[in-house]
Amino acid sequence: MTESPGRSRTLWQALARLGPYLEGLKLRWTLGLIAAIGAGVVALSIPQVLQVLVNSLLDDNAQVSAVWTAGAVILGLGVLEAGLVYLRRFFVIPPASDAETSMRTRLFDKLQDLSASFHSAWGAGQLQSRAIADLNLLRRWFAFGSLMLITSVVSLLVGFTLMATLSPLLAVVFLGAALPIMIIGPRFRKKFVHYSRASQDQAGDVATKVEESVHGIRVLKAFGRGDYAQEGFTEEADELRDLEVSKARTLAKFLMAMVILPEGILGLCLLIGLWQVANQETTGVTIGALAAFFATAAVLKGPIEGVGMMLGMTFTAKTAIDRHADVMDTATEITSPHAPVVAPERGVLEFDDVHFRYPDTKAGDRDLIDGVTLQVRPGETMALVSATGGGTSTLLNLIPRLYETTGGAIRIDGVDVKDYSLADLRSRIGVAFEDPILFSTSVKSNVLLGTSHLRDVDDPQHPHRDAAPAPDQLDEVLRRTLITADAEFVETLPQGVDTPVGEEGLSLSGGQRQRLALARAIASAPSVLLLDDPLSALDVRTEEAVTHRLREVLNRTTTLIVAHRPSTVAMADRVALLEHGRISDVGTHSELLERSRAYREVMSASVRPVSAEEVLGRE
Amino acid sequence: MSEATSRAGGVAANVATDDAMSDRFAHLRGTAGEEQIELDKEERGFIRRRSWKLLVQLSVGVRRKLLITALFVVIAQAAQASIPLIVAWAIDWGLPRMIEGQSSGMWLPGLSYIACAVTAGILIFHYTRMTAEASQQMLFTLRGEVFRKTQALSLDFHEDYTSGKVISRQTSDLESLRELLDGGINSLVQGVMFMFFTGVTIWIMDFRSGLVLVAALIPIAMLGRWYQRNSEVAYRRTRVSSAKMIVHFVESMTGIRAVQAFRREDSRSRQYRRLAARYREDMVRSISLFGVLQPSLMLIGNITVTVVLLWGGYRVLEGDLGIGVLVALVLATKRVFQPLDMIAMFYNSLQSATAALEKVSGLLEESPTVTEAHHPRHLPEARGELEFTQASFRYDEDGPVVLHALDLHIPAGQTVAVVGRTGAGKSTLAKLLARFYDVSSGAVSLDGVDLRDLAVTDHHRHVAMVTQEAFLFSGTIRGNIALGRPEASEQEIIAAAKAVGCHDLIMELPEGYATDVNKRGGRLSAGQRQLISFARAFLADPAVLILDEATSSLDLPSEALVQQGLERLLGNRTALIIAHRLSTVAIADRVLVIDDGRVVEDGAPAELAAQGGYYAKLDAAWQSSMGA
Repeated sequence: MTESPGRSRTLWQALARLGPYLEGLKLRWTLGLIAAIGAGVVALSIPQVLQVLVNSLLDDNAQVSAVWTAGAVILGLGVLEAGLVYLRRFFVIPPASDAETSMRTRLFDKLQDLSASFHSAWGAGQLQSRAIADLNLLRRWFAFGSLMLITSVVSLLVGFTLMATLSPLLAVVFLGAALPIMIIGPRFRKKFVHYSRASQDQAGDVATKVEESVHGIRVLKAFGRGDYAQEGFTEEADELRDLEVSKARTLAKFLMAMVILPEGILGLCLLIGLWQVANQETTGVTIGALAAFFATAAVLKGPIEGVGMMLGMTFTAKTAIDRHADVMDTATEITSPHAPVVAPERGVLEFDDVHFRYPDTKAGDRDLIDGVTLQVRPGETMALVSATGGGTSTLLNLIPRLYETTGGAIRIDGVDVKDYSLADLRSRIGVAFEDPILFSTSVKSNVLLGTSHLRDVDDPQHPHRDAAPAPDQLDEVLRRTLITADAEFVETLPQGVDTPVGEEGLSLSGGQRQRLALARAIASAPSVLLLDDPLSALDVRTEEAVTHRLREVLNRTTTLIVAHRPSTVAMADRVALLEHGRISDVGTHSELLERSRAYREVMSASVRPVSAEEVLGRE
Repeated sequence: MSEATSRAGGVAANVATDDAMSDRFAHLRGTAGEEQIELDKEERGFIRRRSWKLLVQLSVGVRRKLLITALFVVIAQAAQASIPLIVAWAIDWGLPRMIEGQSSGMWLPGLSYIACAVTAGILIFHYTRMTAEASQQMLFTLRGEVFRKTQALSLDFHEDYTSGKVISRQTSDLESLRELLDGGINSLVQGVMFMFFTGVTIWIMDFRSGLVLVAALIPIAMLGRWYQRNSEVAYRRTRVSSAKMIVHFVESMTGIRAVQAFRREDSRSRQYRRLAARYREDMVRSISLFGVLQPSLMLIGNITVTVVLLWGGYRVLEGDLGIGVLVALVLATKRVFQPLDMIAMFYNSLQSATAALEKVSGLLEESPTVTEAHHPRHLPEARGELEFTQASFRYDEDGPVVLHALDLHIPAGQTVAVVGRTGAGKSTLAKLLARFYDVSSGAVSLDGVDLRDLAVTDHHRHVAMVTQEAFLFSGTIRGNIALGRPEASEQEIIAAAKAVGCHDLIMELPEGYATDVNKRGGRLSAGQRQLISFARAFLADPAVLILDEATSSLDLPSEALVQQGLERLLGNRTALIIAHRLSTVAIADRVLVIDDGRVVEDGAPAELAAQGGYYAKLDAAWQSSMGA
């Protein structure tokens, strides 16, 4: 993650990489560039008028009209300059923001397509700084930095030429200032890029620390380890500060050079110029020309300093492009096949010698899922119980291809899950995760997440299924599933099913979230239902109510349910025992109790957790 | 459910009021009123004062550096501004001397020019470096302060304010401040100084041109006022829409599995597009304001140059003004407006930084509801005796009472299981003991010391809590366990892991205790994470242990392991176990049945089972299910 192939790119290659985003930008950007260059040239032509004026005023037959003419021309040029500056923004700002927005949304889309394992490897903080700060910077560079860089260079060239017409010697001397700057430039570039990259990355790390400290606030509070978290944070923030200061120091040296060199040379020019004017007969340099030379130099002061700034911005922008490309170039491992298979929905779920290991598992270790073979019949409810070694949650994640198997095959209705289109596969499946994830939207939208609710009619991710509820049935579906999941508490929320929940809304208890997640899993009427210990956070009274109501749904749906307690096993027709990454036994609860020692141990270890709620709730 | 909603408003009520006048702004104190876009004049003044006060506070420790920096800026800009003067001097004084054959007419102006350039250059180097050092120091202090504040704030605040907002305060808001401190301040001071000195030069050379300059300031000021008024609103709006976009982004990325499993990539993407478009619109609007400002300033500047030229040129004809002075005047007038761009741009970053600072200062103004006493009492060793005296609790003054005047004595070493319905008030007991909240009336004490008087470090050492959500921090497993007692040795960490039964599972991980939990975030199940948090608690070795539904997410094998480890974890400690599994209750010395904020039954499990109350029914249900 820290080293990336993109960093060896040149700026041009990096820009070419952004081609698609810049399509709409080209024309207006070019117009903007013309306006910017125009403004620069106009600014440079003003000293020329000054030269004419000065020389005419020095003439013994000087006329008042000369003053008026010069004044009128300068005013005209001034208005033109302001107009062109306005036009530059007018042309460039909208398409640059469009490019920013489209990069931002494409990055979002790309991130959404990347697998869960990618997301756990990169923190949300790193991704966020790529999506927000980096792209803001790029927009500013497109709209301002890139234009001004070119404009500054053009202004300098035009300015030099004009200077040369005033006095070739002075122009050559002034040009002498440019050479050392060209030598310093690349050196500065290298150092500055190094620091700006490092500090951008470091800012991402600081953001990650912040996120953790906020999400883990309860743990930190419970152990009074705020100081400890603060220490870790301070270290990262300190590092960020050091990097920023080093970056500024590099910039400071460059700025110093950018003042001393041109202005020092101008001092030299003044020396020479005075001598030239004193010997006007031989050199032909007039007072007007000397005045115009210095007026031009004053105009060029901006571009000369600007070139350095804009270069700095360009390098930072390139870093941002690289960071963007790093993500965009990541291969999407889990994709739909070119010719997806279509199969009638029956709800047959088969595992055939399925293997899975995390990429960073030690070489000698066995696979976490080490050859699971299992058949679940249509409409059957199979409990998945892990004796030792775990892996049940991982196994569930493999079915909708949230993670990819590393060996063997999982088949649904006779077809390898890898041969379905992802939308088709995932629309057949309903999932309730171990940790219920709710989004900042209404209860209704959360529960109806897998249905056609708030989707376009032709949403390619929502293929037609006979079993799927029709759009006009959704309210009824919502009502029913909330009852099934015993989530009637929703009615007592301030705005009922329209109450916003999640990060930006009302915070619900673990049990409440879990019931909504369960309702969500069954709302789309999937033919395969995957429940990962779906009732763990429920009190037992609720659990029993849910179990009871869920049975009806489960009767019609093939269900694989990770069970961590007997009450959950009780919902299942058969139980599969996962031991050391394999299915060691399959049978009914009582069969397994009878013949499997491991199963007996697991079951006897846990007394059925009847609790207070169940009894007190019956009052 | 009322727990969640009734908390709103509790925050504002807690903020101290300085004087009677400030009540007027009660709705703006702290983080309240953050989303308010339109503010009246006084409200704006209030928020601005708060922000500037924060900046002033932050400058402590770098003030001398800032002062020297300012001095350098002044000298450097004076040196640069004097350049047109030197040119005028060269033409009107040096040139005639040259023609007379005295070479000093050439050397003096030329060398002074070079000296000015070199002085300016060297000083620019130093003040750029020093500004960065000072601003980064201030920013570093601020980051630390905000972090400390968020850590210090009580949970009621966090539950209200949401993590996304806290995160964007600490990241994107501080980023805009960084931009201001980094480049903005520099360009402001630099620009203002440059304009000042150039203005002075113009006055020295020709006061009439100076008058023209002053006249030009009138439209400039009006323009500035217009810009300020409009851009403030625009920037605030941009902040709000950017925050919305960020929340959506973070939520989608952290909930990626649900997004993918429910095929919501497209609709979430559409939603994100909408938010991003909204942000774009707000942003373009605020940039466009600048797009009007900048050319307008330029226009005013160019008109001023024209007027100076016309008036001056006329006077040169009359013989009232030297030609060198006219050249210098035009040069200076052209230059005098150059920094306005920069200043306006600074105003841009000032706007976003002000908006950010307003929010950050609001966050810093929040005060924790749970604080350490002024003269805390120390308790080097604790036996673990707990006492609730008429302890009652409600989330805020108008909210429903969650716990009714509870009297409860828990002798040292006793294991107490608390059972009851969800929302009955079980967790409140735990939260009061852990001091996530303080009692509304009455008292809770440890070994006879009121928790509110107890030194915070002592409280943390003696009372530890394991919550339902076992959060692991990035870093190694070892580091996560060591969080319980950072100074613990490797042996002690391993011993703790062994005690709660997670040593074997840790050894199965790729790098054992050195395994980075973040790199394979999905790798540990909730149960495994919980076991690690048990080890953490074991290592902390507190006198009082609180388990808040801590076993609920354990899978069967883990629970079997934990059940053994739990007894060792409990040891001689006083323990309060909020449980909804009777398997956990079985190891308790005593059971409390809580209903509707009151203890309805209290006694040894066997005793209660015989009494025929709620617990008896519970026990019966449990017994009957044994055979199932």
